[in-house]
Formats: sequence, structure tokens, C-alpha cells
Amino acid sequence: MPAAGSRHAAAIERAQREMLHEGASSPAVRTGAHGTRQRIGADVVCEALLRQGVDVFFSYPGGVILPLYDVLGDYPELRHVLVRHEQGGAHAADGYARVTGRVGVCMGTSGPGATNLVTGIGTAMLDSVPIVAITGNVPAALIGKDAFQEIDINGITLPMTKHNYLVRDADELPRVLAEAFHIARTGRPGPVHVDITKDALQQETHAGHPSLDEVMAGLPGFRPTMDGNHRQLKLAAAEIAAAERPVILAGHGVLHARAEGELRALAEKIQAPVAWTLLGVGAIDERHPLAYGYMGMHGWKHVNRAIQSADLLVAVGMRFDDRVTGNVRTYAPYARIVHVDIDPAEIGKNVAVEVPIVGDAKRVLAALGPMVEPVPAERRADYLDQLAGWRKDSEATSWHGSGAWRDGYLSADYVVQKIGELTDHEAIYVGDVGQNQMWLARYAGFRHPNTHVSSGGLGTMGFSVPAAMGAARGGTGREVWAITGDGGFQMTLQELMTLVQDQIPVKIALFDNKKLGMIRQWQEIIYAGNYHSAHLLGPDYLKLAAAFGIPAVKASRPEEVDDAVRFAQGVEGPALVWFEIAGEQNVFPMMPAGKGLSDLIEQWGGPDE
Amino acid sequence: MSTQSAPAQGGPQGAPAHAAPPSRALPGGGDQRLHRLVASVVDKPGVLNRVASLMRARNFNIDSLAVSRTDREGLSRMTITLHGDDVAVEQATKQLYRLIDVLKVQDVTSEPTVQHELALVKVRVTDSNRAEVLKLVELTRGRVVDVSAETVIAEISGTEAEVDNFVACVREFGIRELVRTGAVVMTRGGTSIEEAVKR
Repeated sequence: MPAAGSRHAAAIERAQREMLHEGASSPAVRTGAHGTRQRIGADVVCEALLRQGVDVFFSYPGGVILPLYDVLGDYPELRHVLVRHEQGGAHAADGYARVTGRVGVCMGTSGPGATNLVTGIGTAMLDSVPIVAITGNVPAALIGKDAFQEIDINGITLPMTKHNYLVRDADELPRVLAEAFHIARTGRPGPVHVDITKDALQQETHAGHPSLDEVMAGLPGFRPTMDGNHRQLKLAAAEIAAAERPVILAGHGVLHARAEGELRALAEKIQAPVAWTLLGVGAIDERHPLAYGYMGMHGWKHVNRAIQSADLLVAVGMRFDDRVTGNVRTYAPYARIVHVDIDPAEIGKNVAVEVPIVGDAKRVLAALGPMVEPVPAERRADYLDQLAGWRKDSEATSWHGSGAWRDGYLSADYVVQKIGELTDHEAIYVGDVGQNQMWLARYAGFRHPNTHVSSGGLGTMGFSVPAAMGAARGGTGREVWAITGDGGFQMTLQELMTLVQDQIPVKIALFDNKKLGMIRQWQEIIYAGNYHSAHLLGPDYLKLAAAFGIPAVKASRPEEVDDAVRFAQGVEGPALVWFEIAGEQNVFPMMPAGKGLSDLIEQWGGPDE
Repeated sequence: MSTQSAPAQGGPQGAPAHAAPPSRALPGGGDQRLHRLVASVVDKPGVLNRVASLMRARNFNIDSLAVSRTDREGLSRMTITLHGDDVAVEQATKQLYRLIDVLKVQDVTSEPTVQHELALVKVRVTDSNRAEVLKLVELTRGRVVDVSAETVIAEISGTEAEVDNFVACVREFGIRELVRTGAVVMTRGGTSIEEAVKR
């Protein structure tokens, strides 16, 4: 213990009094909304957000972050959305970032406020989404003393952020916040966490905001490679020239880099089909003749088949995740691989590749385009014919287009397809996790980049509604649909009240099979029908919505689907459609974990079962 | 119940339909050996934690880690030794580069280097064998840095093998305490990792 009477002891005492609200909590007298009060750390936070172009952020107040709330009224340009749980705030920032390409911002207080953000930060990390999460912390002198609502949140977020900070001095805040935004959005995007002590938020400061040049000069270890190496590009062009059965694999990096145009141009020039990962949905308009489909564990059979027989994969902005490759040893056995990614650590991590290219997808594809010879359509005629045949086969099999009915209930893929059609494929569709996520990716029909939002890497149930909330605050002008199951919906439905309070026009399509559908599917197929905890009780969702004040309607029959969707579209604010769907519909095909892309299960049981 | 798997698809033109498809090459050969990494990092609180946390999270096992300031202000240097196959260690260096505070990482395993570590050994002595111990320490290029009635602290610096050898020699007298720093490494000749760090 510091000796009584020492300066250190005095600081701790002062801080403890502050925590108990005994001391003067305001550092200066405020004379008005924009009056003459001193500029404090909390002001720096607001200024920094405005300088970064943030128009809205998602937050929840608490003891140590109150100094910020104390000045928020002076910054009416900053829209604050009061979420009902910090996890919802983090997902909202994530959804906002994914549809706008801008950095999303969420905040919370110390301790539980901060730990509640963690799932959302992890979700953003695994999907490389640029968010800045700001938390308050106890006064600097109390750090490490297990003060009320103190937790080592910096230690917790360290392995799941691109970078994180603990700020104890308001003079540091302008630099740290500028760095945080720069790091979050530059190179491979990702979440950055800034933890600020309460006394730093209250401390008077005159520190100015740095320019971008100054920020970069202060980060000598952060210089993402944007342009592809010319020699590697030449090698890639040679691989492409020699290939007879190329497939382009498009991932999230294409969307991050806004490289859809360059991707399409390359595909057309070399007449190569384009397959996409879950997060690459929307990288190419699905109506494009070279748009071939969604790959991986629940991808289309024809797409996986094309990959397994390809002689060249041109992988752009994707990371050969296990959900994409299955057993790596049997993955794409005949293919040479050109792998373009902005993160060098992704190259050679999961599969060995022949031509690595580190760089931004847009810049690499723009540079590669002129270096490849155009391939005449005749040269690919047989190949593309064969692929078209495979596609016809795979789309005609029993697990697809099962019709509107399934065992006397609504079929989920029918409903997803309908939502896509009735919204003219122009909305933003935010999936949750599990069967609904796969149905969405497979059947909604995507035409535009950044209109599909899904928690791919972390697979965070409960993501849909709060992420849709953020997406709807993104100002894209698009209708926003949350596509969720009854499991995920029940995880974060507290945000319904946020939707109401801020009149955020999210249309919720609740796919209720009264099951944890994907759990049930795995238990059926992999765990010999041992259905433990797969059945899920749910409330009367119409009454639930009514209690929140959300217009809602239920659809249990195919002929009710159109009206139900139109009903939701006709509501000005949030609306909910409760789709009662078949309890035991599986997502097929399915690649069991550990198996390869050629080992897809296409149906389970006979037609009579 | 029946599962139906996709029919054998055959390879691109020319691949025999009956032959099993080739297996995709995976990263890394699996041959483990000791690697020495030298990392230049920003001298800031928490950087050591970031490096250690990353290595743990990515499933790399650090054998030894030595950290110190350098002659350049704001620059720290880490020497990391770890076991792994070449590709895995390359992956480790790439992951290290993802840390904002890491400026430069070099795998110097295959380069000519000077690599030394330091050990302090508190050896049990008696009046009858003290002279013998002191002599042995001297012969093995060690240095006595503390003497008491019952103990001698000997200091030795050298390669891992030299330190091992020294420790083995004094063990017969009885070791009461032993501490080793882990290796610090510098490449021989005119190269400099510090100068290679851009500012």
C-alpha cells in the first residue's frame, strides 16, 4: 500500500471519492450547451468521432463513461442510439460498417459493459469488419485494484482486436482515436478497442487532433501492402493463360476493396466462372452468366464440383476457411492456386498455393486485368457447357426447390426466395446463424455488393436483429430485412425496444421451426438422432411484438407469404413477420466436418421417410 | 438411411478417371527444428504481452524469449526461439507482423550468428572443495561473482551448449539455484536489423 499522505495515496482517495460521487464530478462549470466550459477528454472523443465522419454510434451508459454522456448534448450532429445491451451495440456497429464501408462505432462502460461488447468485437474480428469500440474504465489510480466494475478489458480484447489501447491521459486521446480509426479501416479491416479511464475523460486538455500524415508517421509498424508485386502478377497471368478449367473464388476482400467491377471484368476477359464464399455473397450479380454460386459446406453441389475439377483457382480476398475447403487434403486436387489477399498471414496458412499475391483486391485485379490475354468464348465452350449441365443437375435435385410445402408446413427456402423476389432483390438482408443463414445465402438471389450481411467466421447467433439495426442506420436507402431463426432471435430480442424507440425500420423475418434447426440437423445426421436440446420453446411472437409495439403478422401457409411480406414493407418503422416453417427441414447439400468437397450429403433418408 | 456422395469427377483433361486424385499439398513438411527469430518492436508497455499472447493463441510454443532496449530510442528487440517446421515458423513471423507494434521480424536460423545466453549458478561449496570449484569455473570460462561460506555464484555466458556443459560440470558439487536468460542472437558480418527498420 502506498504510504498515507503520499501523492499516490491522495490520488487513490480522490478517485475513490469520485467513484462514490462525493467529489466534484465536473471539472469545470458549464455555462451552456456550447458555452465556455473547459474542453475535456470526453469532448475529444466527440470531436474525433465527428472528424472521422461518424454520424451515429451505438452505446449504453454506465458509471465511468458518464463524463462522455455529460457532454454528448453539446454534439447534436452525433446521433446516439441507446441500445438495450452492449452486445447489440457492437453488432449494430458491425452491421453499419458492413453495408456502408465506413467505420462503425460502439461504446460501453467498464466491467460488464465492456465484457458485453466482447462477442460483437470477436464477430467483427473474424469477419474483418472495421469497428472502433470505446469503453470507459475506472480512474487510472484505481486500475488493478479490483475497483467497482473494473475488469482487465484490455487483456480480454487483446487477442481479438486488430489493436487496442488503454488511455489514461486526455492529451493522448486525439492521437489514439485517430490511430484507432486509421488502423480499423486500413489494409485488412478489423476492430480496434479504445479503453479510456474516467479521469482521462474528465481531464482538461488542449491537445490537437493529428493529421493523417502524422498518424501514419506514428505507426511505423503498420504499412499494409496495397499493390501486388509485378513479378507475381506476371506469374498469375501465365497461370491464367495456361488454365483450361479456371474458377475464380471471391471472398469478403472483394467487397472490402470495392473490387466488384474489376472482378467481373477479369471473369469476363478470361471467361472463368465465379464462385463465392459466405462473406463473398454479392461480389458478383447472381444473374451474371459467369456467376456460378455459393461454395463450401452448404454450398451448391455444382460449385463444389467445379472447384474439385478445376485446374486453376484464382482466389481473391478469401482465406480457405475449413467451411470452404472441408478436408484440405482432398480439396481441389487438380488445381494450381493463385491467392490474392491483403494479409500476408493468410497466404499459405491453410493450403499451399503456387502464386501468392499480397495486395488490395481492387488494385491487384486492376493491375492483373491488362496483363492477361482475353480468352475467346469458344475456348471455354465445352467447359462452360459442362458446368451449366452440372448446375442444372444440382438445382433439380430434391433438396432444392422442394416447393412451398414441406410436411404440411412452409418450406424455408421458398420463404427466403419469396422475400428476395418481393423486395426486388434490392434490400439488405442480414442473416443470423444456422440453417436460416444458409438458406439466405443460397436462395435470396443477390445482385448488389454489401446487401448480404452474415456472421461468417465467429458464427454468432443473435447477430441478425442488432446488425440489421446498424445496417438500417447506415443511410443506404435500402430496405433492411433481418432473417433470423427462433433460436438466434431469442438471444438478442431486447433490441426490439431500441428499434421502437428510434423507429429504426428493420423488417424481421422470423423463421420459426421451434427448433435449433442446425443443431437438430447435425444430431439427426451425425449424432444418430439423439435430439438433446434441439427443441426450443418460444413465446407467442405476435403477443411479444405487440408488447414491444411492433406491428406483426404470422404466415403459416404458402399463400400467406406474399401478404405477410407486403404487410411488413407497408409498415413505416420496424415490423415482424412470423413464419411458421417446417420443423425438420434440412439444409442440403451438406459436407460433414472432416469430409471433403466431393463427399456431400445430398439427402437424408428416402423420399418416404 | 443412405448417404449419397458426388460421383467421381475425374480430373481435368488427361487425368485418368480410375486413378485416385492427387492429394493437395499442405503447408509445411512437419520437420520440426529449432528456429531463432529476431524481432524489432516499438518500445511500449504491453508489447511483450501482445507477442506472447499471439504466440499462445496461434499455438506456437516459445522455448525462450529475451527482450531488451536497443541503442535506438523507442526500439526494443526480442529474440524468440521456438520449435516448429519451417512453414509454421514462417506463419508465426507473418502473424507477428500483424501486430501494429512489430516493425521487423527475421528468422536468422540459417544465417551465421553469434548466439549467447547467460547463466548464474549458485553452487554449494565447502572449505575443502571451494578451491576446486573456483578452479573449475575459471577453466570453463566462467566467472565467480559472489562467494559466501557455503556457496559460490558463478556466471557463464556462451552458446547454449557451452552453458549446458558448464552446468553439467558444476552439478557434481550441488546446484542450489540456477537461472538462464535464454539466447540473444546477432547475425555476423555487416548486416543490421536495427538499421533495416525504417522509421
